Amino acid sequence: MTDAQPAIRVAHLVKQFGDVKAVDDISFEVQRGEIFAFLGPNGAGKTTTIRMLTTLLQPTSGTLEMDGLDPVTNRDAVRRRIGVVFQDPSLDQDLTAWENMEIHGVLYGVPRKERRERTDLLLGLFELADRRNAPVKTFSGGMRRRLEIARGLLHTPHVLFLDEPTLGLDPQSRNQMWAHVQTLNAQDGVTVFLTTHYMDEADRVAKRIAIIDHGHIVAIGSSSELKERTKTESLEGAFLALTGTAIREETVGAADRMRQVGRMWGGRTR
Amino acid sequence: MNVVYILWLREVKKYFRSRAQMIGSLGSPIMYLGILGFGLGPIFQKAGEGSYLQFMAPGVMGMTILFTSIFSGVALLWDRQFGFLKETLVAPVPRLTIMIGRTLGGATVATMQGLLIFVITLIAGFRPVSWVVVPVAFLLMALIALVFAALGTIIGSSLKDMQGFSLIMNFLAMPIFFLSGALYPLRNLPTPLAVLTRIDPLTYGVDGLRTVLTGSSRFGLPLDVVALIGVAALLLAIGAWRFSKIEA
Repeated sequence: MTDAQPAIRVAHLVKQFGDVKAVDDISFEVQRGEIFAFLGPNGAGKTTTIRMLTTLLQPTSGTLEMDGLDPVTNRDAVRRRIGVVFQDPSLDQDLTAWENMEIHGVLYGVPRKERRERTDLLLGLFELADRRNAPVKTFSGGMRRRLEIARGLLHTPHVLFLDEPTLGLDPQSRNQMWAHVQTLNAQDGVTVFLTTHYMDEADRVAKRIAIIDHGHIVAIGSSSELKERTKTESLEGAFLALTGTAIREETVGAADRMRQVGRMWGGRTR
Repeated sequence: MNVVYILWLREVKKYFRSRAQMIGSLGSPIMYLGILGFGLGPIFQKAGEGSYLQFMAPGVMGMTILFTSIFSGVALLWDRQFGFLKETLVAPVPRLTIMIGRTLGGATVATMQGLLIFVITLIAGFRPVSWVVVPVAFLLMALIALVFAALGTIIGSSLKDMQGFSLIMNFLAMPIFFLSGALYPLRNLPTPLAVLTRIDPLTYGVDGLRTVLTGSSRFGLPLDVVALIGVAALLLAIGAWRFSKIEA
């Protein structure tokens, strides 16, 4: 593993659910230490791609590499190298912040001493230190998200996946969360792969953005490159020019419904 | 090993933290003991069967363990709903390890609940034939708990949501309880009922407890223990298989 090797390499990746191609021949690379965003509407294939990268779903065809490892054949090795924050919360609300961290550390085989040190460090960094012994059910939405991210970083992953991490958070919590993630990226050099359908977030946080729509990557580049290429003033303008549609909270067309049904019924792959 | 321990510890911690649940789950055993026990006592006595409280106390212990264990397995559905299940399923550890940690945790909680009921039966007036055998009874309780915690894991891994839960309670858990001989002696029963009681694993659990604690036995302790161990092994295997099929 060298610095030149990309953190993530995806080539001609396809995921098909029945007749529907949720992800249709996408290729991209994410460099080490980069913050990389998947920007697209709901049902564009963002979560499906993340699920394949994080070993939860097997691709129909194409190749995937995380740190040079194939998530299909080296599942556990890949799992140890990545931190994942899912779209839906995954904390035990009856346990305290510290206990949630502790369980995660044991599950990922982090030695006791290191586990305790990292937990202290991360809870401090994400401003949760004073609430470490409070049950998670007493936490606000923003605090829970921060705890999930802190937990995802406990085993010192090389790549942190954030799937729509700011969904349902107020603007202040969103800002705070991104500030923490950016600090960590700058300090530790952890690669961040995020999905979002908020333009402003992708614009502000990500070094490079892949615009994804209907399972295709429409364009990849930095925000300014995308604007330049489309000769538009804003990322929103670029998105409109590239996909032909404005992004919306819910774009539920027939195809999206099919994708959803496909996920529900065809999702069992292992 | 650490993983089994931490998931076991999680179940136990959650048990001690939810006082309401702990006390709430003592409600129905206390009612069975207090109302049914004393209500049916005179008629039981008249039939020449001796003290009904002595007879049913081991049954109520078995019942408590049955329900607590099955509930602990069904808690899997809550973990699915609140997302914590996913956190464990995507970790770089074998599914079997996770399943064992959870199931042992559930069985431990059910055993503790059984011990609590044991104390309550003592308060109600139940007296074991000898105090020396009480530790053996505790081991039997742990074995019963393991059987039904494994059953709970199977149920929790197989149901998609809470909708199916009342079905399980009414058509599985309640029959297991009623057929176990917890409340009535398993003698001179109509053949179909006798057959059903014989295939109910709790029958052997209750009979084992009754043998040890009161000295009156239907099948004998060796058969009870062998039956329980056999069923536990079978259900654990099925549970591990079902758990491995859960989609993260």
